[in-house]
Parts: sequence; C-alpha cells; structure tokens
Amino acid sequence: MAPKLEPMIGRYVRAEIEGVPHRLYFEEAGQGIPLVCLHTAGADNRQYRHLLADPEITKRFRVLAFDMPWHGKSTPPDGWEKTEYRLTTQSYTAAIRAFCQAMELDKPAVMGCSIGGRIVLNLAIAHASEFRALIALEAADFQQPWYDTAWLHRPDVHGGEVCAALVSGLIAPQSPAVTRHETLWMYMQGGPGVFKGDLYFYRVDGDLREKVKTIDTKVCPLYLLTGEYDFSCTPDDTLRTATHIPGVEVTIMKEVGHFPMSENPAKFREYILPVLAKIS
Amino acid sequence: MTAADRFAAIPTLLAADADLLRRGRWLTVEARIDIGNEPFFLSIADGALKGFERGARLMRSTAFSFTATDEAWTNYWEPMPAPGWHDLFALTKRGVASMAGDLRPLLQNLQYFKDLLALPRGRR
Repeated sequence: MAPKLEPMIGRYVRAEIEGVPHRLYFEEAGQGIPLVCLHTAGADNRQYRHLLADPEITKRFRVLAFDMPWHGKSTPPDGWEKTEYRLTTQSYTAAIRAFCQAMELDKPAVMGCSIGGRIVLNLAIAHASEFRALIALEAADFQQPWYDTAWLHRPDVHGGEVCAALVSGLIAPQSPAVTRHETLWMYMQGGPGVFKGDLYFYRVDGDLREKVKTIDTKVCPLYLLTGEYDFSCTPDDTLRTATHIPGVEVTIMKEVGHFPMSENPAKFREYILPVLAKIS
Repeated sequence: MTAADRFAAIPTLLAADADLLRRGRWLTVEARIDIGNEPFFLSIADGALKGFERGARLMRSTAFSFTATDEAWTNYWEPMPAPGWHDLFALTKRGVASMAGDLRPLLQNLQYFKDLLALPRGRR
C-alpha cells in the first residue's frame, strides 16, 4: 500500500535578519500566489497544517508557513544562550521581509494571527507596496492585557503547561476536542521564555493606535477577521481598529476563538475561502 | 437551585472524574472559592478533595482565593457559555471575578483548576 503522504514539504532556508544569520524552517504546498502565514506567539507553523493540506486553497496559492526565529524547528541565532529573547516591531517586521526576500517571493499575500495579525497591521503601515494583500486574524492596534506575563517563565512553574492553560480559554467552546488539544500541545512545546518574549512585542513595543490611521488600503487590501470567543483581541478591539482604516474589510467569526486556523479548521475555512477568492 | 448549590456538588463530580484526579496528582493546597457571597473552603490533597466546607469560617487561612459573582458562575456553567463568560480569565478581564493570595499553586496547576471549577457546567 502506498504511503499516505500529506502534501506539504518542509525545508530550511538561510536568511539574514538585522545582520544576523538565521536558519528558518518552513513548510509549503501549492502553486500560484505566494501566501505567507504567520503563527501566533509561542507557537509554530504547524498551526497552518490544515491550510497547507487544503487543495481548494493550494490550487491557487503557494502557501508558505515558516517558524519564526526561536520557534518550532527554526534554529535560534548563535549565542542565544547569552541573551533574553524579546520580539520587537522592528525585529518581527525584519524577519518577515527577510523570509520573503530569501524565498524570492513576488508580492506575496501575508496572513498572520494574533501577534502575526498585529504585525500584519505594521506591514500595512510601513511596507504595503511590497504585498499583494494582507490578512490579519485576531488583530487590533492595541489590546488590554489580561494576565501578568511574569508567570510564563520562572523555574517553579512549568512554562509549557502554564502557557497552554492560559491560552486554552481563548479557544471557542464549540471547537472540536481534537483540534483544541492539538493547538494546546503546540503551546506546550515552546522554548523557555519564548512566549513571554513574543508578548513583549504585543504588550510593550507594538502599540499601533496612532499609526494605523496612516494605512492606505488602496495600496494593499487589508482584511481583518476575529473570532467572537477571543477575549484577548475582542471583536470590539478589531472593530475599533477598523474605524481608523478606510476600505478595510472586517469579519467577526461565529463560534471561533483566538486560533481559528488550528482550533477549528473546518469553521475557519468557511470564513477564509471568500477572502482568498477576492485576492486571487 | 442557586449557583452555590450547584458548586456544592463539586466533591461528587471530582470523585467521578478519574482524568482530572490524575492530572491533579501533584497538587496539595488549601483554596477558597467564593460563589457570589458564599465562601467554600477546599482542602486538596494529591488532586483529590480531602475537605470541602461551605460557609464562612473564622480566621481560616488559604493559599489563594478565587471569587466571582453569582451571575459570572451561572454564565460560566452554561452548557455552551457565551463569549466573554467562557473562561476564568474572561471573567476577571470583564471585572466579575478576581483572584488573590499566593497564586503560584493556581498557576502551577492552572488547567486543573479551570477544569475543576467548570465541573458544574451543563449540570443542574
């Protein structure tokens, strides 16, 4: 019997980010318009495995999902053991642009979730002309914090388990048990302090409340999609952000939480296919 | 049946949940859970309840407490809770619940406590 192979292929690409050599892991599938997918804080590209295996999408899009530096199978930079990881607006933006350039992608579309959604807003602010379309999932220009990130990295609390337990409440109760727990499993596997380091960007460095007013959707279309059960980035946060961006398209997703593509792939598909149809 | 009456079923519900008992097996702690104005004192040993007392106790000491309004618990325990009422931290963020004391045992066993406090969900 032939092996039951899934369609995505994983490889590593070398890229320089802010002058530092990196070895980035990515998975890709499909042909056509490049669609770069950005995972959430403290997670990795596996969140997009259902999109990568969806022929309805991959017949029109070359879907690429890469692990951010320090995440998943991407190798942390040399000397990582002597630094405390902190993601910033500048370093995050640089990593995405470096991946796109290293892969020689021609005006890709970019879709990101959570911190990936927030940075998509920054791409729309600062680099819109480089992209064909931008999709921000669970994104807003700013959100009120709901816990102290100091609990995420300390020796007396298991980092993976506390990260997963905290974000478990962001998953909609309607999401299937299997995909809920697969999403949490990924959260249990982040490197020490990585989720916390990502949230530095989210909480401290990435306040875009003034800057989103400069977004010009005529240069690059922007789509915002947020799940109704996301109490981290609430629908109200997204709708408030949208009021400052003429031409943006907003969708509030029913029975979905903070991880639409991994917590409930079938439900997310209903919402993302119409958006992708507009892009292609 | 009041929200506190529903919470009073926790010992029976936990005793019947072998998976939750397994996941809590490293946990021994004294905790206070307030259902509206009614305090409950939980003595947890190796994940099981060795003590469960309802009502005020003079000068009773616990490691931490978690307090929420009757409305918060009632909504939290809906079979399919509405957005913003479906998680302990959703409740604290909206200002209808709070936590106090030494939160370390809570955070060390967070999923256990989320699941423990959700046991009355869908049961009346």
